[in-house]
Amino acid sequence: MMSERNNLGFIREINGPIVTIDLPGIRSGEQVKIGELGLVGEVISLNGREATVQTYESTDGVRPGEPAEGLGWPLSVELGPGLLGGIFDGIQRPLEKIALQSGDYIRRGLSLPGLDREREWEFEPNPELEPGKQIGPGTVLGTVQETETVLHKILVPPGLEGELTELAPNGDYAIEATIGHLRDRHGHSHRLKLFQRWPVRKPRPYLRRDDGISPLITGQRVIDSFFPQLKGGKGAVPGPFGAGKTVVQQQIARWSNADIVIYVGCGERGNELVDVLESFPQLEDPYTGRKLMEKTLLVANTSNMPVVAREASIYVGLTMAEYYRDMGYDVVMLADSTSRWAEALREVSGRLGQMPVEEGYPAYLSSRLAAVYERAGRVETYDAGPGSVTLIGAVSPPGGDFSEPVTSHTKDIIETFWALSKELADARHYPSIDWVTSFSAHVHAAAEWWHKEVDRRWEARRTQALALLARDAELSRIVNLVGPEALSDAQRWQLEGASLIKEGVLQQSALDEVDTFCSPQKQFALLDLALSIYDKGMTLIELGVPVSHLQDLPQLAKVRRCKSIYNSDQVASITDLGREIEDAFETIRLQYAKQHSDD
Amino acid sequence: MSIKEYRTASEVRGGLILVRDTPGVAFGDRVRISDGRGGTRDGQVIRASNEEVMILVFEGTDDLDLEAVWVRFLDEPVEIALSPEILGREFNGLGEPRDGRPPILSNIRRAVGGSAINPAARSYPREFIQTGISTIDGLNSLVRGQKLPIFSGSGLPHNRLAAQIVRQAKLKDEDSSFSIVFAAMGVSYADAKFFRDEFASSGVLRNVVMFVNLADDPPVERLTLPRTALTVAEYLAYDLDRHVLVVMTDMTYYAEALREVATAKGDVPARKGYPGYLYSDLAEIYERCGRIHERHGSITMMPVVSMPSDDITHPIPDLTGYITEGQIVLSRELQNQGIYPPVHISPSLSRLMKDGIGKDDTREDHPKVAAQLYALYARALETRNLASIIGADELSERDRRYLKFADDFDQRFVGQGEAEDRSIEATLNLAWELMSAFPRDSLTRLSETELAKYYQGND
Ligand SMILES: Nc1ncnc2c1ncn2[C@@H]1O[C@H](COP(=O)(O)OP(=O)(O)O)[C@@H](O)[C@H]1O
Ligand SMILES: [Mg+2]
Repeated sequence: MMSERNNLGFIREINGPIVTIDLPGIRSGEQVKIGELGLVGEVISLNGREATVQTYESTDGVRPGEPAEGLGWPLSVELGPGLLGGIFDGIQRPLEKIALQSGDYIRRGLSLPGLDREREWEFEPNPELEPGKQIGPGTVLGTVQETETVLHKILVPPGLEGELTELAPNGDYAIEATIGHLRDRHGHSHRLKLFQRWPVRKPRPYLRRDDGISPLITGQRVIDSFFPQLKGGKGAVPGPFGAGKTVVQQQIARWSNADIVIYVGCGERGNELVDVLESFPQLEDPYTGRKLMEKTLLVANTSNMPVVAREASIYVGLTMAEYYRDMGYDVVMLADSTSRWAEALREVSGRLGQMPVEEGYPAYLSSRLAAVYERAGRVETYDAGPGSVTLIGAVSPPGGDFSEPVTSHTKDIIETFWALSKELADARHYPSIDWVTSFSAHVHAAAEWWHKEVDRRWEARRTQALALLARDAELSRIVNLVGPEALSDAQRWQLEGASLIKEGVLQQSALDEVDTFCSPQKQFALLDLALSIYDKGMTLIELGVPVSHLQDLPQLAKVRRCKSIYNSDQVASITDLGREIEDAFETIRLQYAKQHSDD
Repeated sequence: MSIKEYRTASEVRGGLILVRDTPGVAFGDRVRISDGRGGTRDGQVIRASNEEVMILVFEGTDDLDLEAVWVRFLDEPVEIALSPEILGREFNGLGEPRDGRPPILSNIRRAVGGSAINPAARSYPREFIQTGISTIDGLNSLVRGQKLPIFSGSGLPHNRLAAQIVRQAKLKDEDSSFSIVFAAMGVSYADAKFFRDEFASSGVLRNVVMFVNLADDPPVERLTLPRTALTVAEYLAYDLDRHVLVVMTDMTYYAEALREVATAKGDVPARKGYPGYLYSDLAEIYERCGRIHERHGSITMMPVVSMPSDDITHPIPDLTGYITEGQIVLSRELQNQGIYPPVHISPSLSRLMKDGIGKDDTREDHPKVAAQLYALYARALETRNLASIIGADELSERDRRYLKFADDFDQRFVGQGEAEDRSIEATLNLAWELMSAFPRDSLTRLSETELAKYYQGND
């Protein structure tokens, strides 16, 4: 469609995904259709009558002189019912529909809207609203049951304010149907629909920002019990290839207590998305008992898909995350991997001939990264109470070197840093989150929650465990210098205690059916079990009981296995095991005391 | 459309030609260049405007005389002709015969660049392939549709290992064999001959398509070679319903050729002079492997990547590991001890193992046996390290057991004959035999049930 403005121009030059067009009057950020194929792209810079466009699809076969058309809007996504359960590409085209149209491979030049136009949804108007009421951005007009678990709130789009003149009654509507009218202060009437559009590079507005208060429970012990993340927080998972970044992210997607999960596969493997697509419809959410896919949506721009859409995919994901946040939900968005996003930036900047500053990255890398993470947070929405977006990004440092630009800038921005270690992964200690280099700025806030909901000793136990692990590292250094013979019995028991923490608490296999998810109660029970045994053993050793006597106890093997034997509903059995071991220790103490009095 | 010919070449540098005043040339199109002395070369448009196009010349630009050069734009992408006749043949990177036989004639021609598989059309790979090699089958299992590279170094037996896998790979309880697509980039004549002889002597030659670019062939041709080979693999898998195993050697030479061209183009380097897009470029190749819904055939890929100076953090193995579904890492240390195949299990990984093994696929104890062996070996290597510092005599009895395990494991589990084709049961039984040297209580990764059934130790 053509408007008054001259929207038609032509292509001057093609340099991979970067195309120069001659199109006076086009705006920066505007969407453009390129060439006979109608490839879509986005204007990234202007120079006189020429504009530089980054295209979301391969430009093979495109010729200079072919037409270029300005579309008049920036890259936007559709927001409305029908997002959940879906898989979209980096510019929100529905991949399942694309497969129906173009087969196994993605054909170029397809333009499909993100949301289904045909499907009808049962709309239930908000009973508190009636014509004549003043409404504004974020006002909840009504609801649609999007999936069994998620009630989708239909919101007045940002920027619209005025008097509600009409609201549709309960009934089935397609997303383009008008479900209400609003008259603004100039007297203009606006139609309200079940969906809205939003430009992805612009954060969606809210009433105000709030501090995070409750932890995002992930069911992963080393995260929840050692390096907790708050709902609305920002975190990063850096690690070399094979260390477990994707598994950490998928575990959070599976088991976290978020209302909505958005999983963005940004420049990574196709099969990893298939894994989610095939498994989530089967897996049960431990909090609602419903299938996980009902609260999940996927954005996929795999490593072999065009690199410019990879850059866009993060913003597309974030905008959908903010939209569900605006309904008052706790959303978690996983971005695997932010390094591939940064590389997409680098590739475009390189093609534009911009001056690289470090390892080829442009100078604006750190500010772009910070702006992306800044879209996470807990907010007070206009009309739906508090909501949050938690953003967790994987980082893939070249050669596993954490001093490289993306990792080091990310580290300055985030609040939770789960550093994965190649050494741990090589020894198949999973998750390979390194307890020395990882950190969380949320420990005190999380402690309040743990103390109230689980156990008052949480913070003390956590501190004790970390101290024991630090001691273990020190002692291991000594052993490597002078051999194990130099250690006292007490020191050997410290090594044994640290080993109980590592094997009985920190290690948690994502593949273990029982242990893949661990409730906070079970987490604390296991931690307390390992440390109680350690404490009790230490008192015996101080009485002179030889350490080998304790190390040979068959119960220690049971402590290591306990996590896979008892599930989250069987915490009492863990406590019982603790008591059983305590009794065994007591027997040893009595025997020992008797021997000594016999001497 | 008429074929356009130009004599306006304005500049030649490092594999690239610039041609002026060539309106309407399509990006990515194929180009034929005549050197004015009766010879022709092939190229591809890598930058296009009406004023100037940049052409990548596959045979390189040595000895080209600007004055004499003619450039013809063929108005088509780089393509290959496909028919079942392609099996048993040998080609160069552009799909031209290298075996002295006539070119393939067919109506089916496909652009070698390929396009991205829709992730929603993929299905998750889960069928266990038995390679007969314990360190792979037992600890880093390969499944149909997986891309699992061999990370190696100069002088290590990656070719012999790849050949052994080609010979032995089969699906459990099924004799459907693989069709092989073999892609050689920048390898020596001897290496290419080794594979040709291997295929001939094992009688699979009729089932192999070879693409060969030797060390002294033009490096730029290496850039299309894997793409051409994969286009053939896709044809065999999805048109002819075959299970295809693609062996590519050596991806390091491929990446070096890419660097050469990138440098000539003036692309901004990221690490070690390699362009920032090396990751995406490699991904375009590796991600063409996999399984697709409702397609009978599949593409499994085993690229060989030699690690420059045995450095796994070098950009080529590093970026490969970030894309592939694991890696099999060969070790010089094991090689020096005379252990074949010298697979170092610690840095090796198969990401797709989890869904291909266990009760219904291999044996119920397989997942935990693998986890337990890894844990024991990690501890054993630490002990070996400690022993080298303080002396084995200083070790406790517990530690000496680990030390012995490390040696037994290397010799008996890792080491096996080049013709030894171990079944998965044999591999798992051997694992239990080795693990049974430890007290039962120390095997905490295994379940009580598994221990009751398979543990052979005396306590
Ligand atoms: N928590 C875990 N439990 C069990 N296995 C794990 C775990 N984390 C990682 N792994 C193993 O490590 C492999 C690589 O993990 P992945 O997350 O894909 O690594 P990355 O994304 O860092 O490259 C997985 O395929 C799996 O075999
Ligand atoms: Mg990953």
